[in-house]
This record gives sequence, structure tokens and C-alpha cells, in this order.
Amino acid sequence: MPAVQETVERVKRIDVDQYRYGFETLIESDKAPKGLSEETVKFISEKKNEPAWMLQWRLEAYRRWLTMQEPTWARVDYPKIDFQDLYYYAAPKPKKTVSSLDEIDPEILKTYEKLGIPLREVAMLEGVEPKPGEEDPARRKIAVDAVFDSVSVATTFKAELKKAGVIFMPISEAIREHPELVQKYLGSVVPTSDNFYATLNSAVFSDGSFVYVPPGVRCPMELSTYFRINERNTGQFERTLIIADKGSYVSYLEGCTAPQRDENQLHAAVVELVALDDAEIKYSTVQNWYPGNSEGKGGIYNFVTKRGDCRGANSKISWTQVETGSAITWKYPSCILRGDNSRGEFYSIAISNGFQQVDSGTKMIHLGKNTSSRIISKGIAAGRSQNTYRGLVTAHRKATGARNFTACDSLLIGDKCGAHTVPYIEAKNSSATFEHEATTSKISEDVLFYCIQRGLSQEEAVGLVVNGFVKDVLQQLPMEFAVEAQKLISISLEGSVG
Amino acid sequence: MNVAVAKTGGGRAVSDLFASAEGRLPGSPEVIAARREAFESYERLGLPHRRIEEWKYTDLRALVGEVLPLAAIPDAGALKRAAEAVKAHAIEGARKVVLVDGVFAADLSDVRALAPEAGFKTLRETLEKDAGLLKTASTDAVIALNAAMATDGVVLSIADGAQLSAPIQIIHIATAASASAFTRSRVAIGKGARATIVETFVAAEAKAYQVNDAVIVSVGDNADVAHIRLMDDAPDAVNITSQFITVGANTKLNLFSMTSGAAVSRLQGFITLAGEGSELSVNGVNLLKKTEHGDTTLVVDHAVPNCVSRETFRAVIDDRAHSVFQGRIIVRPDAQKTDGKMMTRALLLSDEAEADNKPELEIFADDVSCGHGATAGALDDSLLFYLKARGLPEKQAQALLIQAFVGEAIEQIADDGLREHVIGMAERWLERRS
Amino acid sequence: MMALLEVKDLKVRVEEREILHGLTLTVNEGEVHAIMGPNGSGKSTLSHVIAGKPGYEVTDGQILFKGEDLLEMEPDERAAKGVFLAFQYPVEIPGVATMNFLRTALNAQRKARGESEYSTPDFLKKVREVSKSLNIPQDMLKRGVNVGFSGGEKKRNEVLQMALFEPSLCILDEMDSGLDIDALRIAADGVNALRSPKRSMVVITHYQRLLNYIVPDVVHVMSRGRVVKSGGKELALELEASGYAQFEAA
Repeated sequence: MPAVQETVERVKRIDVDQYRYGFETLIESDKAPKGLSEETVKFISEKKNEPAWMLQWRLEAYRRWLTMQEPTWARVDYPKIDFQDLYYYAAPKPKKTVSSLDEIDPEILKTYEKLGIPLREVAMLEGVEPKPGEEDPARRKIAVDAVFDSVSVATTFKAELKKAGVIFMPISEAIREHPELVQKYLGSVVPTSDNFYATLNSAVFSDGSFVYVPPGVRCPMELSTYFRINERNTGQFERTLIIADKGSYVSYLEGCTAPQRDENQLHAAVVELVALDDAEIKYSTVQNWYPGNSEGKGGIYNFVTKRGDCRGANSKISWTQVETGSAITWKYPSCILRGDNSRGEFYSIAISNGFQQVDSGTKMIHLGKNTSSRIISKGIAAGRSQNTYRGLVTAHRKATGARNFTACDSLLIGDKCGAHTVPYIEAKNSSATFEHEATTSKISEDVLFYCIQRGLSQEEAVGLVVNGFVKDVLQQLPMEFAVEAQKLISISLEGSVG
Repeated sequence: MNVAVAKTGGGRAVSDLFASAEGRLPGSPEVIAARREAFESYERLGLPHRRIEEWKYTDLRALVGEVLPLAAIPDAGALKRAAEAVKAHAIEGARKVVLVDGVFAADLSDVRALAPEAGFKTLRETLEKDAGLLKTASTDAVIALNAAMATDGVVLSIADGAQLSAPIQIIHIATAASASAFTRSRVAIGKGARATIVETFVAAEAKAYQVNDAVIVSVGDNADVAHIRLMDDAPDAVNITSQFITVGANTKLNLFSMTSGAAVSRLQGFITLAGEGSELSVNGVNLLKKTEHGDTTLVVDHAVPNCVSRETFRAVIDDRAHSVFQGRIIVRPDAQKTDGKMMTRALLLSDEAEADNKPELEIFADDVSCGHGATAGALDDSLLFYLKARGLPEKQAQALLIQAFVGEAIEQIADDGLREHVIGMAERWLERRS
Repeated sequence: MMALLEVKDLKVRVEEREILHGLTLTVNEGEVHAIMGPNGSGKSTLSHVIAGKPGYEVTDGQILFKGEDLLEMEPDERAAKGVFLAFQYPVEIPGVATMNFLRTALNAQRKARGESEYSTPDFLKKVREVSKSLNIPQDMLKRGVNVGFSGGEKKRNEVLQMALFEPSLCILDEMDSGLDIDALRIAADGVNALRSPKRSMVVITHYQRLLNYIVPDVVHVMSRGRVVKSGGKELALELEASGYAQFEAA
């Protein structure tokens, strides 16, 4: 059997059920009544002890949502979602308020331990520093906000961040403690009326992270949020808001997992980033929500709105994503390049296998003068999956000197999958310079043979090729995540070659 | 008549369009019924608008508003003006088939010279017996409208093995102001045939008219065919052309289109590679100025394995003009060993010019090599300076670079005479510009 | 002897930064001048400003060519007057056949000077002669300008144009960059063949090597945007031995 044929056979046998993060944590939880109504919205707001303006904001979004239709333009296919058959709020029950890790239910801590997320760095949490000369990059400090179903369960390193003036806390707390910042920026990048899922999120979001980096501050450590959906039939609607004030810098990491379930779970998050003059935000995501089993049953519906606003001059927002999970991904982390000389970047690896459907990409909206953007997208389709890159690059009349470079490459493993590229390229002034290129190919039999002839196993050879294929993007990830992402990619490859 | 009445923005009852034309529309009772059905389908949809993905960049409701009534049958004066236009636009040596305001003009055509290699009929004659020509797989509103309203067209069949020594030129001439012409043609090219078909769209002193043309082409196995479309309609005209092209096995097909006129135009080509081992080359140029809106939309469907397709598209956009290029390469699940490449480039000559590019890949087979590239930008300053440093004045340096830019698409035309003809058209456009 | 080119106290800025700080240089008819200097000394800036490349702001001083104010002219007018810049990096112009380009440029220059256009046979004859002496194959002339040319071919194409256009001032900007010794010799021979009492040359180079082939009458050393020393051809050899460091200190 030729090498490629064999790979294809093995891909077909891939057991998506070996999803490593698909365990369930048995803890009691406190849920809102099933279904969505003004009462649900009020219930959530009340649970969160929110001020009146916040409830008003939510209710307006809810009323707006009632008038909206689910979008149908993406290349994804799924049965109609019954929005009344979902729980919109679930909180782990035992503790009412959580102020330190000790107070967290040990079951939850165990969950995070199983996930292998940086919360386990107990030594660091206790303030134990690596010895001089033992600088281990994998042990660099990371502040973590862990969101379990609808509620933030722990935020680490709060004190140290506070010293630097950085605010990093659950958004539910920020609404109470920093209402002036939240009111100023919430919904200023993704308005409540933006799109069906973002509007839904605005009405029912339960928690998420809030970050404010004051002028001139370089955030002393990576900030990180881990999201996990645990409860059955629960929608997770987190909301993240990051503001980098003038001349500041922050790098933010986001990871997602969910247990295996037969039914589909809905995840509709909104992330808003605001970069003021000379500020920079780097946002990295490793998404490995449960993708469904080998028959395409179960899995997360991931309908996410992520948008960054380069509001100030010389600001920069960079999105990096590694998407391996979810049954359906509908996600376009975007940049509004409003400030003069601002820059947007989008680096993406999207791997689909089994019956996964991915429709993901970005929007680079050039409004200011001399703005630039760069898009590097790597799609890998295997099994019976459909993998679509959809991206918009537009330069408005006044965006003189706008520049974009886009490269999207797709790799096909097997003949039952599809890879699609749908770019929209709009130049509205003559000084805009756009370059776009896209390729679609399969793993070259010659290359595989060459590697195998040099002594690599089939699996290693495919791994080598795929890792080479995605290298440009992996390099953009912070060290801790790059390692995790590489592992994730090899997990899917493990399956693909038996 | 049971046609629902819908209102356009202008308040005109759309169904008037069909009702007032019905007496003029050729065809058997069965054909008339098919037309009515097509018209009802058009009415349900209305003119395409930006919320329809395929028409995202060309919103006919905003750009055109309403469909004008059918043009009158050309009278002697119109035919005289048309004859002048034929003289000006005929390609040397080509055999001409002329349609004036959507009606076949026998006196201006030399169809007798087509025999015996090519059989010729008018659409009008064909529809007396057969409604098949009005049917296409498309659900597009403008194509439904064309099926409902087509008054005439060219039905050509080129015999198996025929080696045409001269091109066949179909010339569409508009002489009537503020009226519409609807034409539908079929070109069937036999196995092993070699042929060149040219379609020219021009005005004979007509203003503010609308053209809605559809052409259905089938190319047999082992053929070698070129199809060239040159649209140079009046600056205030509207031209919507739909092409449906099916290609057999081991065939070479070379398509070219140039848009250098009309206020609003759209060429939508749907090309299906239905036989293995074929080579398709699709090339196009948009030359746009003032407030012109020119849309070229191409769908290349690799339905079978082992075919090669190449697309080269160039747009030159001046003043406040708006160019749209949408190019989709589809590779069906069984179409292994497909080699499909597309390159589209837009040159913006003015700060207010706009170029929208949507090159798409839709790929369902793994053993393929597909790609596309797209660029947009102004003339390269370093090239301009080099030319100026060698003594070329600004305008001349620009013209040279623009010619080279569009030349990459035009040079794909194999026939020397036709290529020179097209280069001449491009040069005249450039001269008019400066 | 008559001055062909006079650069007087020239000050030039690029994006707010001054590159030339008052440069003075006079080249007489028939002379070959070499301008040497370290990277960043402003040599290429000088050549670009003489040819009229956009992006440079002349804040002070003047450039006279045959007594006329060069800075008032468009780049194509300068070319027609006889200013020729052999580019350090000649651009590639896809789709414009070299032959077509040569004829278009030559006739544009002649037209600007009020001369008649070349007839096709005369033009072809002339191109054939010159290209043969420069070892330029005919099929190269059918290709796009410089497209797919090697470094040596690009430089020979520049010399070919120099021969065809018969300028009175040739500025050779780092002609030796990217050339091996054989390619350099061919190009230099081509240049030497064009030396005449009616034609002046300004040879810009970082290395002395080129001056073994194109022997200058005058050598200037440039540093930090000024001519800091001038002398005979022996100055180049001196520099070869001692380097530019002595001028950098200033």
C-alpha cells in the first residue's frame, strides 16, 4: 500500500473518542431554571449581585436578540438549536465566594490538575521562585483565572498584579469593583446588537475575565484563563474584556476543554480587546473543546465573537489560535485598525477530523492611515471534516497606505474531507497594497517516502510534515502554549496514523 | 394572466414588463408557459441584491433599480446605424452573426458562409419546437428573467471534426435608448472540432439601454476551442451576461473576456469540466473609469479527475470606478489529480477607485494542487521612476506599465490577429484615459 | 574645460533625516570621477537626487547640468538632457519586452529633444551591434525588462542602454555589486568603450576593485554626507590600504 493510502486508512480509523479531556467532574451545582426569558436574565444578574445598569444592559440585549435570526452564511451544518432547552447559568455549589485556592472544591482543583493547566503550579502559587541559574521557561509565572461552567473559580497572582497596577479579575467582580471601566469599554468593540450569538451572550453572560493594564505598564506575567464546561445541557457564555491603556503591553492565553457528552453543548463567548495609543495585546487561544465522537455525535458548538480594536495610534493586536476541538467552530478573531500606524495580526492553525466542521478566519478592517495587517492561516482537514477559512481584508477610503499580507494554506489528509478558502479582499483606495495567496494540497507522497526512507516511521513522517506545515504559526505562541499545542496536534496525529 | 404584481422602488408594476412583451416573445404554447414560470420565479426573487452572497458586491437593486421595457423591433434607421457599427467592430475575416436590439439581423450577417462546418438557426426558430433552451440549472433571478424575456439568439452547432478557418463573430448591437434587449444563444461544438467564437457587445448611438444575455456552450471531446467576449457597451448602459459552459474530455478551451464599457456590468461564467484530461484557460480584463461598476464572476467546477485550469484576471480601475472579481474553483469529491490555479490582480489608478476580490477554493478531493493569489495596489513607484529615468514622460510610463499589466491576461489569446485586435482595444482605452 | 555637472552645497533629507550635509562636486566634460565611501555615507542618495528619484527633499544647494538647474526638471526631462543612471538594483518589469522598452525610451528621449525618431531597421541594427559587443543574446531582448536576468545580465542591460541612449553624463551606482569577476570585466569593458571627450562619468563604488577596470581621473571620498577628500586615482589605492576609518572619526 502506498504510504499516503495507508495514512488515509488510519485516519479513517481515528477514534475521536480518545479525547483526553473528556472526563466529568461530579460536583453539585447551582443552576438557573432551564430556558431563556427575561426572568433568566434577571436571575443571572441577581446571582451576580449586579448593579441596575448592568441588568438594563442585559435586558436590552435580550430584547434585541428576540428580533434576530441565526446566521446561515457559514459553511456549517447542524440541527436547529432549541434555545429553550438549555441552562444558561450553572455554578459549582459548595462555596459561595472564593477568595483563594484553598477554598475551592478539591474536585475542581483535581479537574484542573487532570487538564494539566498551570493552576497546578502550586509551588509558584506559594511564591517559590526558580533558583537563579535554573531559569525554566515552562515555569515562568502565569496568572490564571479559571472559569468552571459559568463561574470564575480562581484567580491567581492577584496581589502581585495589583502591585504593577494591573487589574485581572472575573468580569463579575469588575462590574462591581470597577464599574467606570466596564461601563466605558463593555460593548464598545462588539456592540450588543452585533450578531445573533454576541447579542445572546450580552444578555446571559455569566462570567469571564477582565483585564486592565494601566498606561506604560508592561504586564509582569502572562495572563491566562481556562474555561471548562462541565454541566449537562449548559450553555457557556463567557465574556472577556481586555483594555491595554497607552503604551502598555499584555499577553493573554486562553484554553478551553469540556467533558465528553452525547448531546451538543453550546459555547457562545465574546472577547473584546481595546488597545490605546502605543499599546500591544497578544491574545493566544488553544481550543480543544470536545469534538464529538467518531460518528459525529456530541461535541461543542463553538460560536464565538472575538474582536480587537486598535483604537490608538501605533497600537497592535495579535491573535494566535490553535483550534483542534469543537463539533462546530464559527469564529473570526478580528482587528479594527482605527489608530494610525496600527497593526493587526492573525495566526491560525485549525485542525479538523471526524465529523468536525470549522468555519474560521479573521477580519482586518483598515480605517486609519498606514495601518498594516498580516494573516497566516493553516488548515488541516482529515476524516470526514469540513475546514473553511473565511477572511475579510478591507481598506476604507481614508486608510491610505494600508498594507495586508495573507497566506492561507490547506492540507488534506484523506479523500472524504473538504478544505475551502473564502477570502473577501476589498481595496477602496489606491495606496492600499494587498497581497493574498492560498494553496491547497495533500501531504506529498514523495516527501513522506523520503522521510520513511531515511528511517522515520509513517507516523513520525506525517508528524514532521504537519509540524513543518504549521510551524510559522506555532512560533507565534508563548512557550507554554506552544508545547501544549504541539502535544495537541500530535494527539490528533496519533489517531490519524493508528 | 395570473402574475402576481410586485412593486419596485420606482413604483412600476414589475409584471407589466412581461405582460407588455408577451406578444413579442417567440415560442410554442409550451414555451410561453415555461417563460411565464420563469418570470414568476424572477418576480419572487426580484433583482439580486447584496444580501445574496453571489451578488454581495453587485447590488443590482441599488445600481440598476429597474428593468427597462423590451426594445422595439429595429426599423430601417436602426439597421442602418447598426450596419455602421458592424463595420467599425467586425474582426477581419470573421464570419458575422449580428443581433440588433435582441433581434437577429440577416442582412448584416453572413451565415451562409458558415456551412457546411457550422449549422445555424435563430433562437426564435428553435423555440417553435423546443423549450429546452430556456432551461438551466441556475436559480439566479437574472437568468430566470432572461429565460422569460429572450427574444432571439444564435443557435450554432459546429460539426464533429470541423476545422473552422475563420472565427465566428456574434455581434450584439444596441440602437434603442432606454430599452432592454434579452438574448439567449447556444453554441454546440462537436468532437475534435477546432473553432474560435467571438462575442462583441457595442452600441450604435444608443443610450441608457440594458442587455441581458445568456449563452450556453457545450464543447465535445478532443476539441480545441477559443471563446472571446469583448464588451464595449455605451458608458451609461447595463450589461449582464451569463455563460454556461460544459467541457468534454481531452479538450483545450481558452476563454477570454474584456470589459471596457457600460455603467454597470456583470459577466458570470459557470464552467464545468465534465470530461477528463482537459485543459481550461480562463482570462479576463476589466478596464474601468468614471463611476463604472464592472463585475466578473467565474465558477470553475472540476467535476472529473485529471483536468487543469488556469485563471488570469486583471483589473485596471480609474476615477471612482469599482471592479469586482469573484473566482471560485470547485473540486468535486472524485476529481483527483486536479490542478487549478488562479491569479487576480487589481491596479488602482485613483484614490477613489475600488477593487473587490473574492477568490475562492472549494475542495473535496485530496490529491490536488490548487491555489490562488490576489493582489491590489497602485502602480509600482520604483518601476515608474526607472522608466522616467530612461526618458519616458509620466503618462507614457504609466501607459506602458498598464499595458504590460493587462498584457499578462491578453497574451493568453492564441490567435495573433485576435490578440492584436484586443491589444488595440486596450490601447484605445488607455488613450481615451490620458 | 567646461563643467558638465556642478553640485553646490547640496543638502538632502529623507523622512526628516538629513543625509547630505552640504555636498559640493564638479565634473568636467570628458572626465571620469569615482566616488568612494563607506556604507551610509550618502553615495547612492547623491545618484538618486541627480536622477530625480522621488522621496528625497533637497533643502539647500543646487545641481547644475550644462548650466541648467537640474532640480527643476522631471526625471524624464533629465534623461532627455543626457543624464543616465545605471541602477545598483535594476528593476524587473514583467510584461514589457526589453526591445519594446528600448525603442520606446529612445524615441521618447529623441522626441523630447526635437529629434526625429529612429527608423526600425536603424534601431534594430544599432541594438544588435551593441548587444553583441556586450555579449547579450538576442532572446534576452525579447523577454520582459530584466525579468529572470542574472545579476550580470541586468548590469549588461544597463550598459546596453547607456550605449544606445548616448548620454553625456553616466552615473554608475555600485555597478560591481553582485557581480563575479568575469561579469564585472564584461560590463567594465562596455563602459570603457563608451568613454569619450564628450561624455563624463561618475562611478560610485564601495571597493577599489572596480577602479582597476574603469580607471578614474579624479577620486572623491565621501563620508557622512560630504566629500571629505579628493585626489587622483592613487587615492583609491591609498584607501584600499588604510580603509575608511580615518574619515569616519570626523
